[in-house]
Amino acid sequence: MKLAALAKQLRSVLGEEAVLHHPEDLMLYEYDAGLAKGTPELVVFPKTTEHVSAIVRLAGARGVPIVPRGAGTGLSGGSIPRQGGIVMVFSRMRRILEVDVPNRRAVVQPGVVNLELSQAVARYGLYFAPDPSSQKASTIGGNVAENSGGPHTLAYGVTVNHVTGLEVVLADGRAVQLGGKAGEHAGYDLTGFLVGTEGTIGIVTKVVVKLSRIPEQIATLLAVFQTAEDAANTVTSLTAEGITTSALEMLDGWTLRAVEEATHAGYPIDSGAVLLIELEGLREEVEEQAEAVARICMAHQAREVRRAKDERERQLLWIGRKNAFAAIGRLAPSYYTQDGVVPRTKIADILRFIDGVAKKYGMTICNVFHAGDGNLHPAILFDLRDAEQVEKVHAAGREILTRCVELGGTLTGEHGIGMEKNELMPVLFNDDDLEVMARMRSAFNPNELLNPQKILPAPRSCREGVISMQSAAGVEQ
Amino acid sequence: MSTASQTGSAEQRSGFRSGAGPSWDLYSTCIHCGLCLEQCPTYRVLGLEADSPRGRIYQVLQVDQGNLPIGNSFVTHIDRCLGCLACETACPSGVSYGQIVERARAEIEKSYRRPLLARIARRYTYNKLLKSFGALSFWATVLYLYQQTGLQKLVRWSGILKVLGLENTDALAPPVDREFSFSDLGKVFPSEGEERTRAAFLIGCVASVSFSELNRATIRVLQKNGVTVFIPPKQACCGALHAHAGFRDDASDLARRNIDAMLSDKIDSIVTNAAGCGSTMKNYANLLANDVRYSAKAQAFAAKTKDVSEFLAELGLRAPQRKLHASVTYQDPCHLAHAQKIRSAPRELLKAIGADLIEMPHSDYCCGSAGTYNVVQNQLSTKLLAAKMEDIASVTADVLATANVGCVLQLRVGVQQRGLKMRVMHVIELLDEAYRQT
Ligand SMILES: Cc1cc2nc3c(=O)[nH]c(=O)nc-3n(C[C@H](O)[C@H](O)[C@H](O)COP(=O)(O)OP(=O)(O)OC[C@H]3O[C@@H](n4cnc5c(N)ncnc54)[C@H](O)[C@@H]3O)c2cc1C
Ligand code: SF4
Ligand code: SF4
Repeated sequence: MKLAALAKQLRSVLGEEAVLHHPEDLMLYEYDAGLAKGTPELVVFPKTTEHVSAIVRLAGARGVPIVPRGAGTGLSGGSIPRQGGIVMVFSRMRRILEVDVPNRRAVVQPGVVNLELSQAVARYGLYFAPDPSSQKASTIGGNVAENSGGPHTLAYGVTVNHVTGLEVVLADGRAVQLGGKAGEHAGYDLTGFLVGTEGTIGIVTKVVVKLSRIPEQIATLLAVFQTAEDAANTVTSLTAEGITTSALEMLDGWTLRAVEEATHAGYPIDSGAVLLIELEGLREEVEEQAEAVARICMAHQAREVRRAKDERERQLLWIGRKNAFAAIGRLAPSYYTQDGVVPRTKIADILRFIDGVAKKYGMTICNVFHAGDGNLHPAILFDLRDAEQVEKVHAAGREILTRCVELGGTLTGEHGIGMEKNELMPVLFNDDDLEVMARMRSAFNPNELLNPQKILPAPRSCREGVISMQSAAGVEQ
Repeated sequence: MSTASQTGSAEQRSGFRSGAGPSWDLYSTCIHCGLCLEQCPTYRVLGLEADSPRGRIYQVLQVDQGNLPIGNSFVTHIDRCLGCLACETACPSGVSYGQIVERARAEIEKSYRRPLLARIARRYTYNKLLKSFGALSFWATVLYLYQQTGLQKLVRWSGILKVLGLENTDALAPPVDREFSFSDLGKVFPSEGEERTRAAFLIGCVASVSFSELNRATIRVLQKNGVTVFIPPKQACCGALHAHAGFRDDASDLARRNIDAMLSDKIDSIVTNAAGCGSTMKNYANLLANDVRYSAKAQAFAAKTKDVSEFLAELGLRAPQRKLHASVTYQDPCHLAHAQKIRSAPRELLKAIGADLIEMPHSDYCCGSAGTYNVVQNQLSTKLLAAKMEDIASVTADVLATANVGCVLQLRVGVQQRGLKMRVMHVIELLDEAYRQT
């Protein structure tokens, strides 16, 4: 084993059980929820900030890279080690350190699971607003690193809007405080900067989060359409009429059938698409808006607009929606999910385009997405064992993402860049833009030992010729 | 390209050689999304990907591709799985995890040599003890005497169990009832009042030595509800423990025996009060799918099998004359909630007898009992129980109810160790109590 001496040192600090080095253990950290792969040489499980500092110092002294990992539900290879080295897993650093009810704050360790936090504070009428579909498994540390969003991002924003402070271990092993419990802080907003950096700037060891109050009234509507086009046009009209929904999700027919099989939530399996619409606020306001929404849906040939009659029905619809991605797994042995964004007035256009791409390559593409902010998640179904199909998936993915950018959108809504789309960054940014980002990284991570080769493309000299889109499965190794 | 490592090269030989192991069709439905991680008890306690559902499936894949031997590492992680199937509930992709792990275990039994002592003990338990009611009664008597004669105290005091590393498992030895249910074999218990339906009752093996009183209570409650109860004499252990441990052939034998003994036109349903047995019996169709003579019968058998709470809720419970005045918190047994998707029936029954139902947090998290798990994986089981008791202690209730004997035993230990003032009871015992109160 290459890192035997380091492993020994780490064991003496962390304990026997907290360091893995056998190949049969390491292979379990070579994947996440995406398609990319890479095997670490050591896996460590810190429990405290001091542990994290010690690991960073010991590894740094030997020039060994470190990749943080939460639950490994990332979709862009963020937690995959591209150069071996250490994977630092937060599954044992998962305590809620403090709940400050009057100030609506909680201080948590990075390994706390998103939903676990909301459940723990529910008794105070509070919850943690960012609600990625992976919330029953993904960690707050991972949410911070990816700046995760969810269906309710539309109303409440993404993770960065709900984090007021961080404790971060820097590349030299020092632990620093960024921000704190207050909403505003003097000096640079380094908390805001750090959120979304995917472990390339520092390692998060504590998170101060805002907790939100559970609203007085929530109405959850399910509008059923014959075609995806009608649903897409409804989204445009809702916006035009100035209706503020707290969530606005679209699921197409393929997805609906898989979801219904997985969850039995009562989704209509014979329809072309549905919109799942949520309204929140004061009672009267919500009732008024609910009527308006129903009217607009009907004007776009909705077959039916249904309202969840109680919290149980509402939860069931949401469980269905949140399971949608993984439920697509029922339809094919593998699928490749993308995360493009278009202006929400362009949803009908991009759906037509995707349909065309699917026909051209003879593949099935399922659509389930955050319609309210134009964040698409087309999932291209394929069989990993068939090399020809894998090629087609990449080609189709490339076309779709390029089209998103052409329509005035971007490459990622919430799944991060990671190692999946870093080589695509030049499509969005020019050299000067990228250079500023690289300088920021160098200031914090000078030797590129923290999550190397993520987010930013390889330096220009090595990059010539690879500017065309390469997706995860194709880039690695 | 990296995808090659996922599909494996054709030249590498699969580690599953006996034909018993899981196949690509089964495990490829896992898209490694990780949504099941937090629902897995072993992952929550250990924090290891290797002890998560996704990780176990990945190891199966690696074995099949010839990248991982069926050695200590693989066996350890598969052994640690409780078979609680919480991952199946959590998995949106519809992975049949239970079948994957059962087949992996079958392969392990065929191609992995366990240490000698473990081999002997496993063979004896699964081949002999759990297959014959005779052997079981013999040991039950020994255990009974051990518990009654004070020998238990002596052994505990002398610290022998500690030396053997068994001090925690001793508390788990089921308290043995003097009257085992075996003597009821062959009897028919008539319905009270008009006969609404006829049911065959499985007395269970472990259940019948330690819980004959529960079995009697079940029969009484069924009678009260207008059910004529048959105790078919030739019935055998359901085979759950065998199947979970990887002895699929033995489990199939037992399944055939039970089908012969219990499937009949005279009987509308086959009822059990043990969730583990129920889920296995409902799975007979799968177990015997390739048996031409039995596959159709197995389907009929599975269709008739009902957990007693499911059975009574569907039948419609006859209200007791007086309501039970007690606050009750309910623990979902894994083999009821996850394996059979039965969650509301036991709760409905409790409400129907007037219990004030108080939900504990995480009621469907495993208590750590899981068949023989509390004995075989004692340390892990102890941790799971401790976490469970945290959740239980966070609510105030007179009774902690559950619907499976193994869970009752495990929870009793937990309540005792934590010094809680709660009675731990099977839902059926509470129904029986409600009917019998004057
Ligand atoms: C079915 C499914 C649905 C999903 N739905 C959504 C969705 O709706 N919205 C959304 O935004 N995402 C979604 N995701 C993506 C993913 O769940 C999120 O990105 C999530 O935040 C990742 O959390 P994790 O704990 O799994 O992190 P990991 O995947 O383990 O890691 C993600 C990144 O965070 C870094 N990291 C982890 N911990 C730390 C730390 N303590 N300090 C510094 N860096 C760290 C890692 O290095 C990596 O770069 C989904 C994924 C799946 C599989
Ligand atoms: S059966 Fe239970 S212990 Fe086993 S992998 Fe699934 S959730 Fe974990
Ligand atoms: S078992 Fe299901 S939930 Fe778990 S990783 Fe696989 S597909 Fe996802």
